Amino acid sequence: GELACTNRRPVKMPFTRFVEIGRVALINYGPEEGKLCTIIDVVDQNRALVDGPYGITGVHRQVINLRRLSLTDFKVKIGLNARAKSLKKAWAAAGVQEKWAATAWAAKRASRSAKASLTDLGRFKAMLAKKTRAKKVKTAFNKLKKSA
Amino acid sequence: MPMKHFQVVGRKAPTESDPEPQLYRMQIFAPNRVTAKSRFWYFLHQYKKMKKTTGEILSVNEIFEKNPAVVKNFAITLRYNSRSGTHNMTKEYRDTRLTGAVDQMYQEMAGLHRARKESIQIITTNVVEPKDCVRPSVVQFHDSKIRFPISHRRPRVEKRFKKTFSPFRPNTFVG
Repeated sequence: GELACTNRRPVKMPFTRFVEIGRVALINYGPEEGKLCTIIDVVDQNRALVDGPYGITGVHRQVINLRRLSLTDFKVKIGLNARAKSLKKAWAAAGVQEKWAATAWAAKRASRSAKASLTDLGRFKAMLAKKTRAKKVKTAFNKLKKSA
Repeated sequence: MPMKHFQVVGRKAPTESDPEPQLYRMQIFAPNRVTAKSRFWYFLHQYKKMKKTTGEILSVNEIFEKNPAVVKNFAITLRYNSRSGTHNMTKEYRDTRLTGAVDQMYQEMAGLHRARKESIQIITTNVVEPKDCVRPSVVQFHDSKIRFPISHRRPRVEKRFKKTFSPFRPNTFVG
């Protein structure tokens, strides 16, 4: 008998970020951790050829394992194996640096690294700032509570 | 073991009757120069009547990849001994360096056919144009608009944070 085919392809994939030429990714492991890079070619299922561009992000052209990449939402318009010059132009045209800095992801990374690099004086100042804020919140809250 | 690509040139030791013996050159994939010289003699004494004691190696030069910033398709023709016979194979790999493709080949042969390095002889290696590639595992990447999601992300956990038991199943969807 014939199999009743109930296999319907989803119209929309749940994935929004793809490994593709021009995809901007964050390196999340290794010596270049924390730097942005662009996928300029795919080697195979697990590896991609990646370039900063070096002049902008400090990542040399290299093969990197996809496990070491976190894909971002950004994509630049380049051809296969784009040269560093055209890659830089594409980055400027797409405004990746500004867009990335504006994301919550980048802001979180920046604040975390800032916190981790605090000196004892910095931590003390942070503690004082937290106390001041907490005091303001509590007085306003208590006032509201009383008037309610 | 990461392989290096060497060119080894050797000849039979010169004698009075033969002061300028024929030079023989081989391309050898070996982890180091010492092993390269050894493999040179291993092959040479099968083809010609000379050995390490009767011959001399004139040069061992490492050959470096001309352009390691470009992904290429490599075809490796090899010959290997299985448990019950010896066979020829042609395998294709995608890599930026020939030595990388050779490493992949040794790993694949060990995994798929249980063939160790000692049982494998590389006959030829070639860079292949995408249109001439045959193996589907290589051909599927010949797409200028290649696009695929990372569908199964295994979380990378630092060794000190690894737990034996977890109340949650891992989340492999990152988007």
